Amino acid sequence: MSDKKIDETTGIETTGHSWDGIQELNNPLPRWWLWTLYATIFWGIAYTIAYPAWPLISGATSGVLGYATRAEVAEQITAHQAQNAELASALVAAELTELAPGDDLHRYATARGGAVFRAQCSQCHGSGAAGATGYPNLLDNDWLWGGDIDNIVWTIAHGVRNETDPDARYSEMPAFADILEADEIDAVVEYVLSLSKPDRDPVLAEAGNTVFLDNCASCHGDMAEGNRDLGAPNLADAIWLYGDSPEAVAYTVRNARYGVMPAWGQRLSDADIRAVSVYVHSLGGGE
Amino acid sequence: MDTPSLYAAREPIFPRRVSGKFRQLKWWIMAITLGIYYLTPWIRWDRGPNLPDQAVLVDLASRRFYFFWIEIWPHEFYFVAGLLIMAGLGLFLFTSALGRVWCGYTCPQTVWTDLFILVERWIEGDRNARLRLHRAGWDVRKWRLRITKWVVWLLIGLATGGAWVFYFTDAPTLLGDLLSFSAHPVAYATIAVLTATTFVFGGFMREQVCIYMCPWPRIQAAMMDSDTITVAYREWRGEPRGKKGTDGAGDCIDCMACVNVCPVGIDIRDGQQMECITCALCIDACDDIMAKIGKPRGLVDYLALSDEPAERAGQAPKPVWRHILRPRTILYTAMWSLIGLGLVYALFIRSDIELTVSPVRNPTYVVQSDGAIRNIYDVRLRNKLGEDRAFRLSLTSDEVLRIDLDDRARNLTLTVPADSTVLQRVYVTARPQDPAAGIDRTDLRLWVEDLGSGDRASRATTFSGKVTP
Ligand code: SF4
Ligand code: SF4
Repeated sequence: MSDKKIDETTGIETTGHSWDGIQELNNPLPRWWLWTLYATIFWGIAYTIAYPAWPLISGATSGVLGYATRAEVAEQITAHQAQNAELASALVAAELTELAPGDDLHRYATARGGAVFRAQCSQCHGSGAAGATGYPNLLDNDWLWGGDIDNIVWTIAHGVRNETDPDARYSEMPAFADILEADEIDAVVEYVLSLSKPDRDPVLAEAGNTVFLDNCASCHGDMAEGNRDLGAPNLADAIWLYGDSPEAVAYTVRNARYGVMPAWGQRLSDADIRAVSVYVHSLGGGE
Repeated sequence: MDTPSLYAAREPIFPRRVSGKFRQLKWWIMAITLGIYYLTPWIRWDRGPNLPDQAVLVDLASRRFYFFWIEIWPHEFYFVAGLLIMAGLGLFLFTSALGRVWCGYTCPQTVWTDLFILVERWIEGDRNARLRLHRAGWDVRKWRLRITKWVVWLLIGLATGGAWVFYFTDAPTLLGDLLSFSAHPVAYATIAVLTATTFVFGGFMREQVCIYMCPWPRIQAAMMDSDTITVAYREWRGEPRGKKGTDGAGDCIDCMACVNVCPVGIDIRDGQQMECITCALCIDACDDIMAKIGKPRGLVDYLALSDEPAERAGQAPKPVWRHILRPRTILYTAMWSLIGLGLVYALFIRSDIELTVSPVRNPTYVVQSDGAIRNIYDVRLRNKLGEDRAFRLSLTSDEVLRIDLDDRARNLTLTVPADSTVLQRVYVTARPQDPAAGIDRTDLRLWVEDLGSGDRASRATTFSGKVTP
């Protein structure tokens, strides 16, 4: 103890450490503090042995407890499925037209259907279901194949224009480029646009009406009101799946359009199909 | 050269019993605070059939906080934030006026440590007896005393942890469940952890918690200045220390009473120290000595350091209110009151119908086949009463712009069950020829009316039209 260095000003022992002439006073920490530090170090090491921790070139150490977040998620999913099994089978058995908003089953269906929609459908129809050019908006009241719940279930289950499902929806519009003259096409485009827009050329539209009645009315109807049995869109309303410019409409007349949709019945469970149908039906356009 | 030790074992402290007015005050505060803590969950409050009848309840499962007649929903959590800010400012205010009164009188660490020391003294005797026992070997008597003490401490810890969980669920039910071992494991785990921390912090760590674990001693210096009234030693009166009657000696007879009673083990005569929790026990101890030797009290006292020159010169110190009323305390009081008034105001303007209206902006609008423009809103309605209520929606907007609720919303009666929330999509439409259909933004207001009482509430929102470039 003879070598104790005492700081003159404070009278406190120094540690003997000095930086740039500044002496460190020795105000010792409590020993339990040190033991706490050791304990945390021990805990840290034990933890990395027990649980997945150290990154390796591919993957990581798996830990001796065999814990994995994936297994935990799988367990939770199974638990939720078991918990909802009753609702799911009720949904498969239910008469969908009789589900009313506010019912437990309706709430379950829209929640489950919303999840299915965001995972499977939003890529084409958008996360808010507003669609895009060529991909129908599911929020409005215009439906190619019908907007009641049974029609929606059918469209989703069998898809549109795919060879894999014999019950798929098919619409067959010819490419009129080889059938009509260029000026006839111009005229019929002017005619269909005039049905929903003011300020079109009345003379040209009048000529187009003749072309329309001869070539298009068989599917789209005399008043261009469309035909859901054939998937022929209503051309007299304000909604244009492929755009409302004369160029876009002319392109459709010349080449026809071939929108497709997968048959989800081949990929999703019955309950999922029915849930997502209820969800789509509830978005505001359902009939 | 030998290296000095960087770590030191804890020096056990054996505070001596003391009596006096501050000790008396501390007993009272202990009784009141512990009483509030242990008894509050057992106060009943009738809120009607579907709501819990516990006066103070933090219902985490259904996300409600009940405080007597006040019920806080999750979206009103700003009340809790406001109270926490007030608690912080209150601490600033009291610290700048009176030093660490919080630490010395009301801090749970102090209150429980005091209680634990009381038990210790009751079982093992006062300071000298405890010192002797500490040094004695581990014979039967020491084991018996120690085990008795630890068991009582554990029981106090158990009661502490036990009282805590009662704040989170119906207390009588939980007590039954706990006793029949059918309560939720989380309840047992919480009690176990709190029992252990109470036992260790109150029994063994005591002042170590205040000095090394609590951040407040390091921060409080920023709130204090020389006008702060805090525990100090009148050095000009006490020094030089010496036996009573010695020539030229001051009033301090160096009896160490003030040191022996100090729960953090410091000597207040060395001046203000970070460790001091201003518990004033040294004042009681010294006042006792002064009475015995026939000197005026207050050698150790609550005083403001700025008074020292005057006192030294034999003049009267400034009156207490002059120390307490100063810009920083006034500022803290003003801020504290402002927030308090704000919260009280917010509490009184709260309505028991609440709605939020969020326009769906994905997409901003939907074109209907007849060219009409439709907007979608998510309306969240909260019914804070204990009974089901039916509501009807309506709209006010500039008539000229013509915006309407869709038929289904116009004819909608929304029933919101007691004490719950309903989320409803509402559709609002502007016909193609109406101006709002072609304007980027139209203001409108959505109303709900309670069909039973006729009470109304509303929210402003906007309608987005289709703007053709
Ligand atoms: S010095 Fe006095 S006031 Fe400070 S902690 Fe010790 S006994 Fe309490
Ligand atoms: S109790 Fe008073 S007299 Fe005794 S040592 Fe402390 S200050 Fe001096």
